[in-house]
Amino acid sequence: MLTFVIRRVLYTVPIMLGVSFLCFMLVHIAPGDPLVSILPPDASAELQKQLMTLYGFDRSLPVQFGSWIWRALHGDLGTSIATGRPVAHEVARAVGNTVMLAAAATVIGFVLGGLFGFVAGYRRHTWIDRAASLVSVVGVSVPHYWLGMVLVIIFSAKLGWLPATGAGPDGSDAWVWDYAHMQFLILPAVTMSFIPMGIIARTVRALVADTLAQEFVVGLRARGLSEYAIFRHVVKNCAPTALAVMGLQLGYLLGGSILIETVFSWPGTGFLLNAAIFQRDLPLLQGTILVLAAFFVGLNLLVDIVQGILDPRIERS
Amino acid sequence: MLVTSPDAAAAATPPDAAYVRSRGHAANVVRKLLRNPIAMGAAAVILLLIVVAVAAPWLTPADPFETSMFHRLSPIGTPGSPLGTDELGRDLLSRLMLGGRLSLFMGIVPVLLAFFIASALGILAGYAGGLTNSAIMRTIDVLYAFPSVLLAIALSGALGAGIVNALTSLTVVFIPQIARVAESVTTQVRRSDYVDAARASGASPFAIVRVHVLGNVIGPIFVYATSLISVSMILASGLSFLGLGVTPPQPEWGLMLNTLRTAIYVQPALAALPGVLIFITSIAFNLFSDGLRAAMEVK
Repeated sequence: MLTFVIRRVLYTVPIMLGVSFLCFMLVHIAPGDPLVSILPPDASAELQKQLMTLYGFDRSLPVQFGSWIWRALHGDLGTSIATGRPVAHEVARAVGNTVMLAAAATVIGFVLGGLFGFVAGYRRHTWIDRAASLVSVVGVSVPHYWLGMVLVIIFSAKLGWLPATGAGPDGSDAWVWDYAHMQFLILPAVTMSFIPMGIIARTVRALVADTLAQEFVVGLRARGLSEYAIFRHVVKNCAPTALAVMGLQLGYLLGGSILIETVFSWPGTGFLLNAAIFQRDLPLLQGTILVLAAFFVGLNLLVDIVQGILDPRIERS
Repeated sequence: MLVTSPDAAAAATPPDAAYVRSRGHAANVVRKLLRNPIAMGAAAVILLLIVVAVAAPWLTPADPFETSMFHRLSPIGTPGSPLGTDELGRDLLSRLMLGGRLSLFMGIVPVLLAFFIASALGILAGYAGGLTNSAIMRTIDVLYAFPSVLLAIALSGALGAGIVNALTSLTVVFIPQIARVAESVTTQVRRSDYVDAARASGASPFAIVRVHVLGNVIGPIFVYATSLISVSMILASGLSFLGLGVTPPQPEWGLMLNTLRTAIYVQPALAALPGVLIFITSIAFNLFSDGLRAAMEVK
């Protein structure tokens, strides 16, 4: 077990290095001078040179990458070109909001999707199975930013039940656990939950159907076990894969929340990315992407390890 | 006579009543697809969307670029503009028809490009194995370590707005996903007995890939690629929605959805229309891909 964990962790190191390199290169694949957004059009060559030195763009690429990653490891993600504040500071403020939104969406999506998938897997070829198929197709096909707009139209514009945008009354982004704040979370979280719901429903349905078709279930029935006892066996067999899918979906939501955060003006990392794109603030873009990608890689690692613990067959392969 | 012509040999063999000439794989797939009402319905929707998009310049009832300050955001059902007008007074029906061109183009082309590049990479990695495999697949793993939406936005965000930049980013997003499938099916085929037999008989690697591998792996890879078209549609429109991708005044469904967002309190039904089209297209591609998967018996 320990060797499995160690091997898996070691395998993550080169991946993370590659991911950092890609993030690092984002500034360099960008057309034009990375400083173009802060340089006045009539900037003198001397000023440009000074700024190049200040931001370190005058050194060779490998040296820049080395020092960039060294500083990143120490929590320094550079300085936002637009605001002049440290990128790490901006990201730290936003990432909590994104994690909260993604976690809420995962819980909603997983409970509903899992429930749908389970019932559909148990009752194959009934109306509820067909409904579950519909849910999963709609879930993977719906443009979620549009779904967000539609929900805003219905619940904010027409019914006036829930606020349309923001993360708190008076436009504050300081989170408090009360209804005044919670109601801002409902629409974006529900919108976002549609993304994993379909995939989870589909996966769980296939898992349950596969498990029920296995001989050991027939054996359990033959031995006269109650439906509830058989149900417990089915759950145990489906859990590792279902958990893995859930973990991955949480990761996708963390990285994919930008569109939904834009629709709802949710003050998370997506909002930050949006600002970075519009102001062509490449260090901010780079830092935010790096943090989100690192989250995703870490989550993948965690999922693999948990799955290895729950299902020892994986360790051997 | 020792050597008989093929015709003579065929004539000499007694006709076997039980032997029915097999139709071949492709014909079987087509037959199964034709019998699948959902897949055929989806195909009809896709075909209709493509025909309307391609013929849009001749079909549009009004000039999709002509603005009118006096007819901004007219509701659905306005005489002369059956689907109303947008925030600049342009005829929405015409813009939706013309917008289908870019939306469909940006949904399909990245998957197609990625399909060719990733199949080549995946088959090379799967067939060559060893160091080549490690070099290709570990690089792919790095790209795969990003959630696809994030990677698309990171690349487009760095490259800036524009159709070519969006196409490039989306192609890069789909390459790792398709290459992984290509590599795993190729590795399976490579281990099969007929490939060993071909190698033992002295066939060159290129010939083996062309004759034995390609025919067996391209189907599953293709089915997987078609399932990505709906993702690509949503992502491409999403990029335009964010102001990356297609730039105004070109009509594109995602971009139109973004600019109409300000109108959700005035003309909600109108504002949601471009999204309905993205949704319909995406669902049609998904259902067709599911049908294709079933017909080709790919797991």
